[in-house]
Amino acid sequence: MKDFLKNVKWKHYINYIAVAAFALIFGIIGLAGGLKGSTEYMLEKFAIAIILAVSLNVVVGFLGELSLGHAGFMCVGAYIGGKVASLLDKGADNIGVLLLAVMIGGSVAAVFGFIIGLPALRLRGDYLAIVTLAFGEIVRTIFMNTSSESFGGTLGLRTPRYDSSYLFIFGFILVLICLAVTQNMMRSKHGRAITAIRDNEIAARATGVNVTKYKLIAFTVSAFFAGVAGVLYSHSNYTVQSSVFDYNYSIEILVMVVLGGMGSINGSIIAATLITFLNLQLSTVLTGDLAVLKNLIYAVILVLIVIYNNAPALKHFRERYNLRALLDKIIKRKKDPSDQKDDEGAWDRVPTKIEMNELLSTDIIVTESVQDPDKGGKS
Amino acid sequence: MEFISAIISGLSMGGTYAMIALGYTMVYGIAKMLNFAHGDVIMVGAYMLFVAIVSAKLPVWVGIMIAILVCTIFGIVIERLAYKPLRGASPLAVLITAIGVSFLLQALAQIVFGSEQKNVSALMINGSLKLGEVSIDYSTLVTLAVAAVIMVALTLFVKLTKVGRAMLAVSEDRDAARLMGVDVNFVIMITFIIGSALAGVAGVFKLMKSPAVTPTLGAMPGIKAFTAAVIGGIGSIPGAMVGGVLLGIVEAICLKTPIAAYTDAIEFAILIIILLVKPSGLLGKKRREKV
Repeated sequence: MKDFLKNVKWKHYINYIAVAAFALIFGIIGLAGGLKGSTEYMLEKFAIAIILAVSLNVVVGFLGELSLGHAGFMCVGAYIGGKVASLLDKGADNIGVLLLAVMIGGSVAAVFGFIIGLPALRLRGDYLAIVTLAFGEIVRTIFMNTSSESFGGTLGLRTPRYDSSYLFIFGFILVLICLAVTQNMMRSKHGRAITAIRDNEIAARATGVNVTKYKLIAFTVSAFFAGVAGVLYSHSNYTVQSSVFDYNYSIEILVMVVLGGMGSINGSIIAATLITFLNLQLSTVLTGDLAVLKNLIYAVILVLIVIYNNAPALKHFRERYNLRALLDKIIKRKKDPSDQKDDEGAWDRVPTKIEMNELLSTDIIVTESVQDPDKGGKS
Repeated sequence: MEFISAIISGLSMGGTYAMIALGYTMVYGIAKMLNFAHGDVIMVGAYMLFVAIVSAKLPVWVGIMIAILVCTIFGIVIERLAYKPLRGASPLAVLITAIGVSFLLQALAQIVFGSEQKNVSALMINGSLKLGEVSIDYSTLVTLAVAAVIMVALTLFVKLTKVGRAMLAVSEDRDAARLMGVDVNFVIMITFIIGSALAGVAGVFKLMKSPAVTPTLGAMPGIKAFTAAVIGGIGSIPGAMVGGVLLGIVEAICLKTPIAAYTDAIEFAILIIILLVKPSGLLGKKRREKV
């Protein structure tokens, strides 16, 4: 038993433990009736934000493609899940209905994620970002123009409100499931394949990674959890309004991912909690024209962090002064050789990018149809 | 008849889209980055027109000059501060920074000018040219004429001048151009100057049709103009013009039909379809992927 505890890699489980402990403490207080309604609402928002940030990180941080339509997937989940719940349930707390809504909402969003993943096979970078942005806007426009009987139209869809203290516990259970799925996926063969595509798609394809399959997996998983977050959202608020899920909301999720560090799941959890907390606090302080200060903060975070993390000129500076080095200094941690293998926070520090242009000078036209989906990826 | 009038009002929107798309396509073709902040530079130009014409009561042409100049300065500053440090970094990083800059400009505009809309009516051109039953607004004619002149001028500039040919070289192969003695940073800065000046002109066009100025004025037209640039073939100067006019016509026809509420969705759907079927656009060149 002692050996077993010693051999467990604690840093792989620290986030489960932290999230579970957090949920447990507030859950006990909540069930005892000691939480204010606003605190419960905030906890629900934490769970939603964490799921969104972690799921977006799968595409942005690990696959290396920018998705500007994450709020669109969430919108699909919120509407479908909310509709399922309001059809089956007339106000009573029913965990079965909630679970069913989460599964259906998530699955429909996942189907859309698969569909958006298809263009990703042909397009990359800027073009793909624009396609996801376009998708988000299309989804929003369609739901806004539905009839009031089906999805509420411009007035929004009314959804049943669940007893709060029980909804945020459910939310944190979903967070744990989301963490388990994404984290295990990223540490497995599949996750390695996805990060290989990020680092160099052509090299990954050449080494036998089934690029088609893994891109679709990343998009589908990401969209599924965005849909799940959407269902949670629809149960946390009384109504679902499509105007909420606009481009700005997608950017807000992106800010969480960038602030936490692309490719770092723990970072996403912390940043999502922090930004949601600030959001809710600032929304009471900043009213009217001052509310825009929030966007200003987001913008500054995006620009400064990305430049700091990526500017070639700052390479040496950033190697010497970063949060991780500071932590190492404080704890006097020994360098663990297995750190190199872990993706967390190190996606621009691992020297994987080979300048292929310099090695080969022949032009090869890459065609997408060469690969046989049945044979690829099994090597 | 209604169809023809839809096409004519489409031409008027198309001129503005073409102007924005020209700026997009220049920057994308040469700097190889999607300048998300382009639409917001238009907004800056519109606010400058407001400051110059309404607040300072300067003559209209001085206001237009000031707006274009300020847009150019903004273009240089944005390029130097936000994009230049990231040259050589991953495209994802550049893209996210561009989104950040776009957000930054919108937020700053709202802090400085407030969120309520400002009105600049001095630029409105009233009246229309009547040809039988069809009538064309003068503003449409001015927009299209200026856009066409600028398109021709840009094409000639790129083909005939030394800087223009350096631009072509950089767009084809940045490293090879550098080896041949082209100052890549200078060329990219010139591109941003041209692109931002075009954004200033687009701001003037926008105010010629409707006098309202808001902090989010440029965001949506900016994204739609990217659609136009993609339709025409990104990197192609005549393509941007063709794409802009086509998009304007599609939009005007959609707005006349019962599915008007879905206009945005239809335009974005066209973008997705074009990117899937023919990513190089109507007039674009095919780009091979090098290993």
